[in-house]
Amino acid sequence: MKRFISTALVRGLFWQFIGTLAGAGLVTGIRAAMGLSITDQFFFTEPAWVLGGFFGVLFFLAGNGSVSDWFKWARGIETHDHHADAPGWEKYLNVSLDHKVIGVQYTITALALIGIGGTFALIFRTELAQSGLQYLTTTFKVFGQTGPQFYNTLMSLHGMIMIVSILLGIAGIINYVVPLLLGAQDMAFPRLNAFSYWIAVPAAVLLLMSMVLGGFDTGWTGYPPLSARAPVGVQMFFMGVFTAGWSSILGALNLIATVLRMRSKGMTAFRLPIFVWAAIATSIIALTATQLIGLSFQLVMFQRLFGMGFFDPAKGGNPILFQHLFWFYSHPAVYVFVLPGLGVISELLPVFVRKPLFGYKFVAMSSLGIALVGFLVWAHHMFTSGMNEYLRVPFMYSTMLVAVPTGVKFFSWVATLWKGKIITPTPMLFVLGGIVVFLLGGLSGPPNATVSTDLHLQDTYWIVGHFHDTIFGGFVFPFFAAIYYWFPKATGRRMNETLGKIHFWMMTPSFFVLTLFMMRVGLLGMRRRIADYDAALGFDTYHLIMTIAGFLIAISVCIFLYNFFTSIRKGEKAEGNLWNSRSPEWQVPSPMPAHNYDQPFEVVGEPYDYGLEGSKYVEFAKNK
Amino acid sequence: MRHFVIVGILVIVVAVLTYVGLDSIGLMPVEASAQAVPIDWMWNWNVVAMSFFFSLIAVPLFYSLIVFRRRKGDATDAEHIEGNDALEITWTVIPLFIAIVFAYMGAYSLGAVKRADPNAMIVKVTAIQWSWKFEYPDYGITTKELYLPVDKQVVLKMEAGDVIHSFWVPEFRVKQDIVPGRVTDYRITPTLEGSYKVRCAELCGTSHAYMESPVVVVNQAEFDEWVAARRSEVAAAQTPEERGQLLVSANGCAACHSLDGSELPGPTWQALFGESVKLADGTTVIADEAYLAASIKDPLAQVVEGFQPIMPATYGFSDEEIADIVAYIKTLK
Repeated sequence: MKRFISTALVRGLFWQFIGTLAGAGLVTGIRAAMGLSITDQFFFTEPAWVLGGFFGVLFFLAGNGSVSDWFKWARGIETHDHHADAPGWEKYLNVSLDHKVIGVQYTITALALIGIGGTFALIFRTELAQSGLQYLTTTFKVFGQTGPQFYNTLMSLHGMIMIVSILLGIAGIINYVVPLLLGAQDMAFPRLNAFSYWIAVPAAVLLLMSMVLGGFDTGWTGYPPLSARAPVGVQMFFMGVFTAGWSSILGALNLIATVLRMRSKGMTAFRLPIFVWAAIATSIIALTATQLIGLSFQLVMFQRLFGMGFFDPAKGGNPILFQHLFWFYSHPAVYVFVLPGLGVISELLPVFVRKPLFGYKFVAMSSLGIALVGFLVWAHHMFTSGMNEYLRVPFMYSTMLVAVPTGVKFFSWVATLWKGKIITPTPMLFVLGGIVVFLLGGLSGPPNATVSTDLHLQDTYWIVGHFHDTIFGGFVFPFFAAIYYWFPKATGRRMNETLGKIHFWMMTPSFFVLTLFMMRVGLLGMRRRIADYDAALGFDTYHLIMTIAGFLIAISVCIFLYNFFTSIRKGEKAEGNLWNSRSPEWQVPSPMPAHNYDQPFEVVGEPYDYGLEGSKYVEFAKNK
Repeated sequence: MRHFVIVGILVIVVAVLTYVGLDSIGLMPVEASAQAVPIDWMWNWNVVAMSFFFSLIAVPLFYSLIVFRRRKGDATDAEHIEGNDALEITWTVIPLFIAIVFAYMGAYSLGAVKRADPNAMIVKVTAIQWSWKFEYPDYGITTKELYLPVDKQVVLKMEAGDVIHSFWVPEFRVKQDIVPGRVTDYRITPTLEGSYKVRCAELCGTSHAYMESPVVVVNQAEFDEWVAARRSEVAAAQTPEERGQLLVSANGCAACHSLDGSELPGPTWQALFGESVKLADGTTVIADEAYLAASIKDPLAQVVEGFQPIMPATYGFSDEEIADIVAYIKTLK
């Protein structure tokens, strides 16, 4: 217990609490001196909560030690460049500079947030099982919210908590895997890496704080004027996203620097593992677009705090401008979410097909193509928004272009499978599941791009189904595949195959049922983001089935979590090249030592030349 | 070669079956407007493309999983095939061409949706949290439900009083957001008589789910009858209470303030008059004429305890109208 309390995580949370009180107290003191009101519905006033939230983040980072090396440098004190962590679980709750530890920290945090966001979804999905309000009724009261208001809060937070969990999840895979694939000892900037992780923790706390400070009823999109009128919780939501954005931007910067500077000898651009290409593409977007969501939310924060009418038509502001700023990030963001997952699919497929990745260069370029085209399509979220009508056609053309590089990936995957010798252990099942689910997500995309049909589809459950297909296919399935695949590398043990297969076979059909029915009711008139629906529409049966499917998915994820945590200590030993992969990390015993490879390696061949007699991808230097 | 022939045949069969299956289960609600026709035409081509590309990817994928799985006891790798540039270029260029054709078709059908009739009837729509109000300037009536004559284009001039809303009748297909500070147009030509509902499609707060109003498409004679009935209703309303009741119904006040004591986002009006009301700031006031009038004019000044400060101040009632509404509230025992 004492060891737990002294970890950086607990210290950080303690200081965040103190910082929040300090910031809120400061504003309250100033307000008292100015003769303004000092309390409100949620004890402190809104400006007090905002400065409190901001101070809380700063105190967390200062208090848990993730910035202390920088302060030492500023004072002229030398620090150890790279120290190994003490063995045991504590290193995962302390500030570590080891990219593998940070990768695990990211992954576990992502799983925790998936658990929270998923629980929110189950709560409101249960409410939707029947028309009419069942338990989130107007007489239900929690955290100063009625049932329908709490529904909106949960629905909005489900969106953003899941988005943050995805960002952390991809950062987890990238952090753990990329330096190993490159043959690097660590990421380019280990302290920045630790900072990027730790700033995400107070961000998650801020997001959850919004729930108890009156919540917010805006959806994750936070469109003003609605968000300008929402309860104070929306400010915590804005700040949480703003803070989490730092994690994403700095992590992306670090990744790009690492890939540019720290590759092994001989690892030229087209001999990079394909996952690294995906990681670069996703990082380019995260590095350059994330600022826009932070900015758009910050403008609404200032509108609320200082009466600056950026989006208030009564003061000359423009509500639609917000949507442009917001989607300039938030559309490319979905490619941030899916590109690493598609990279995992391309990376793992050759291993389990025992055949080279078909058209390596085209697959690599398709990732960059998706990333670049992705910057030019944001206004397709606004076809019904009332923006200038002539903008709709060019954005339709640019959006349709996304189908081309995405298609290249699908065709190349199928060609990889063709004439292979396919084996299907659990990671491969999730790879295949990811392809099929993403296919449904991809195919349900073009009707949203052709403007005329989108006039019907926009803001319906069709979109909800389409979106969940893309994200499950592009992130969730590959994320599980990656965990099953690299778990032995991290622990020296493998996860239980039987439980893994139960997880897959329970989750996949349930998921198909869930999203196909979402699309079905959406086409017939089910709007998104509603707590209740007209019984006359006849959707009750569909919704009941969707709710059951949702619970089956949740049970399958619980099975996964059980498998994950028991296998760490009790899993079957797997210290060798379990998957018979050509990739460098599998040529050395598991678990990976603290400083990665004892001997540097040189790239002497193509990464995926399965089936080519006597070929090798990497060769390790002979002794020292 | 044998594999290619089998897969080729299967792709065609599965594509056709997928399309026929999707088409036969009735994916869309009834088609009740002229604008729905080009939209459903575009949708149908999308379904064709979806069925074909689904089959084109899924069939060889599942075929490979069955036919090209590694047999028991085989530990060797597969044939070393690295790729085929001609094939890659083919499946880049052909989809590019299809994407451009679809975008062109999208623009073409959008043009058909937007075709304007200069003689279209104008209806002013006001959306506020969480109700709809329809004004017919040609007839001088204001109502809570939208009556439309069949086969005649109408253009809705839409304004929002508070936050963004969106006008959507699923049977009409078209959807248009309503943004504070501007007027957006919604052009529709109803073609099928019947009762539908406008459902707000842009999240607008607590009672967003219930922001629905009837949309009724009738023939011209019935429409004229309906207009006449509404006008005589207005003419017949002599007392302040009757005029107040009409105002309350036309402005959708009861969407938030129940008339029967049930809980909605705003305080109920049942037995409100003359009662003492506890406010959020802790004080108590008597709900007399002055308080009720002030609360309609400046809703955020005296918020009742336990309720959110969310009522818009943008109704624009005249003092006489407010007096009529208060008179009506008095009658709710």
